[in-house]
Amino acid sequence: MALTKEVMVIEGGRSFEKVNKILEKYSKAQDALIPILQEVQAEYRYLPEEILTYIATTMDIPPATVFGVATFYAQFSMEPKGKYVIKVCDGTACHVRRSNSILKKIEEVLELKGDEKTTRDHLFTLETVSCLGACGLAPVMMINDQVYGKLTPDKVGEIIKELMEKEAAKI
Amino acid sequence: MSEMIIDGRKVPINGEKNILEVVRKAGIDLPTFCYHSELSVYGACRMCLIEVDGGNIMASCSTPPRDGMVIRTNTERLRRIRKMALELLLANHDRDCTTCEKSGNCKLQSLAERFGINQVRFGHREKTSPKDTSSPSIVRDPNKCILCGDCVRMCGEIQGIGVLDFAYRGSDVVVAPAFNKKLKDVNCVNCGQCVAICPTGALTIKSEISKVWDALNDPEFLVVVQVAPAVRVAVGERFGMKPGELLMGQMVSALRRLGFDKVFDTSFSADLTVVEEATEFLNRVESGESLPQFTSCCPAWVKYVEQFHPELIPNLSTCRSPQQMFGSLVKKFYEEKLGISRDKIFMVSIMPCTAKKFEAQRPEFAPDGIRDVDAVLTTEEISRMIKEAGIVFEELDVESLDMPFGFATGAGVIFGVTGGVSEAVLRTAYLRLTGDHSQPQFDEVRGMDGVKEASLSISGKEIRLAVVHSLSATKELLKQIADGTVKYDLVEVMACPGGCIGGGGQPGPSDSKKRVMRAKGLYSADKMHQLHTSDENPLIQRIYKEFLDEPSGERSHELLHTSYGSRKRISGQDIEIINNRGASKLEVSVCVGTNCYLKGSYDLLKVLSDKAETEGLKDKIELKATFCMERCGKGPTVKVGERVFTGMTLDKADELFNHIKNSLK
Repeated sequence: MALTKEVMVIEGGRSFEKVNKILEKYSKAQDALIPILQEVQAEYRYLPEEILTYIATTMDIPPATVFGVATFYAQFSMEPKGKYVIKVCDGTACHVRRSNSILKKIEEVLELKGDEKTTRDHLFTLETVSCLGACGLAPVMMINDQVYGKLTPDKVGEIIKELMEKEAAKI
Repeated sequence: MSEMIIDGRKVPINGEKNILEVVRKAGIDLPTFCYHSELSVYGACRMCLIEVDGGNIMASCSTPPRDGMVIRTNTERLRRIRKMALELLLANHDRDCTTCEKSGNCKLQSLAERFGINQVRFGHREKTSPKDTSSPSIVRDPNKCILCGDCVRMCGEIQGIGVLDFAYRGSDVVVAPAFNKKLKDVNCVNCGQCVAICPTGALTIKSEISKVWDALNDPEFLVVVQVAPAVRVAVGERFGMKPGELLMGQMVSALRRLGFDKVFDTSFSADLTVVEEATEFLNRVESGESLPQFTSCCPAWVKYVEQFHPELIPNLSTCRSPQQMFGSLVKKFYEEKLGISRDKIFMVSIMPCTAKKFEAQRPEFAPDGIRDVDAVLTTEEISRMIKEAGIVFEELDVESLDMPFGFATGAGVIFGVTGGVSEAVLRTAYLRLTGDHSQPQFDEVRGMDGVKEASLSISGKEIRLAVVHSLSATKELLKQIADGTVKYDLVEVMACPGGCIGGGGQPGPSDSKKRVMRAKGLYSADKMHQLHTSDENPLIQRIYKEFLDEPSGERSHELLHTSYGSRKRISGQDIEIINNRGASKLEVSVCVGTNCYLKGSYDLLKVLSDKAETEGLKDKIELKATFCMERCGKGPTVKVGERVFTGMTLDKADELFNHIKNSLK
């Protein structure tokens, strides 16, 4: 089933308990803010504003500072992410091998418009990264932990459609 | 002795922490945006660059001086880099200077002029962000921010709050409140120190000038103005005069020319505050209750307590600030004695302070919806009005204040400087207890130290007093008071460095030298007054006799005192623990704000969540963790449906759960 916001809030109680366990684990030490945020994000799959306010309050750090940290690092997201996170490489090697056309194709297939990064059904999130370290396979992308190399727009379209069909079959 | 060579001249090094200080000592005004001696070194603006012998370029603010160092401050290369940095800043800047609030006082504008920037070779930033005008005190315009971080460090380091911080990264960086919220929705206390230090128009005072012009032009209104103590020693600064020059007489003259019908002195109500507050304090000493007593003249401090230390609310003096005492007293007095109804009186106050704008619009100071103080102008705003009217301030003759609210003692005047309120109260206490009219000076509470202490013996009892300014110093002192390392009976708090003379509404940029000069101005003004103890003010005595009755009496309480409540720090959503999108659900919110959290509200939340699960009520209730229901003193607070339960400690979990079950029936 698709990961929607509704699913996450129903599981909210358990997650919130986990947040408190994480805070205890690091004894609410202010210099542990980044690992705390990392673990909280692993739990919620993103950093909800109200959870960040809670973390700031219990750790005695200004909320503006927590917000600053959460928005500075690319690894943190304050928007719910999809079940499949697609990372298209736009490093030099991939860029010269037309990674941009890969990106455009994915946007087209997922029907993402403007600044949208996540599909409305919360299935896919599209991101670009600077290098995946697999330049020999350029252009490259990752979907969650799986790496796909030597891509063409057609190939990418098929990969995504396959995932969409797999998800549709579950419903 | 160690020395260095700056532009070919020998300059001694006397313990300066960085090269910049040595260079400035040598009479060279090296430009900076982000360097302030009172804040930590940030090294971001790249204006203070110097060239070290051998060709290295360094930021002088973040490099310590070394003996024998040879540096140059004005080479072709340095000029080129500085100009480039300025051009890049300007490229990202909303350059609509003529309509900018800061025009004429903007550091970016003046450095661009100084370095002869006559064109910006780079494109213009097209993305614009909305202005935040939500706060009653401060306007934030992100399009004018140069990311020097002065406000971030001022709010975090000096005020200990951290309302603003850097967010996002790279070309997206902004300085913003948490979650890009509006200033009115976060924990800002409106002190305006960020405004006073901002080099550009990114943070400015929320102007009430047009509201005041409208009132002045309306024949219906009797326009009454009160002038705060700290204004008279700073207003000259925008007219080329030195900080600290006493200009009350000129101020009165200017205000009359602007069209104000009555010109009064807030020092009068400061005297009144002393009488009330000293009485309140002596009563508390007698009963031993709610000590230490904290002063309540500073609206930024009061909001700070309401947000961060609701447990100290009973310790705050219930006295309104002099501004608000003045507003309520004068409106009532005119209504009763002269038959002018309060909605026909327009009360303007001229303050060194931006937080006073917030205070004046607090609902408790607007009986029947009509405010006691209708508009608050800062020193900066009144300077602008004087200029707008074409009044040549420097050439004005001295005029005297109107009566009866224009007569003050020196005690009321020194209210504008840190330690002043305490000294005024000490003078009164001394007079009342000894009957001695010699009016001693209390040097231990004067000066710019972060925390000052004094003691006094009252009927054989040792009374200890502390004076603190800047909220970071206050935060530290509160910690020490809480853990019992220090013990006081009376604590004077002023949120701004130096007290009101260093207020956020005073002519910027804020610096310690100016504050010392303004303080000196107020103390010499005190000397010039005939009387120095508030109890001796004959007009205060008359007001009590004819109007107010007695200090701390019923009438005084109605007009001169107030009450406080806890206040939420940040707006936002609740955390959903159990959510049901079904038709009938009972909403249960448990507060996890700091105060309730410390009293164990999280454990309570967990018990409720478990119980709901085991008793099979999970689909009937909607359980939430919420932030602050503004009842911090009585926490932990839980809301079940529309009913609020306070004092819900963990041992009351069963009782609370029964309430929930009953509500479900």
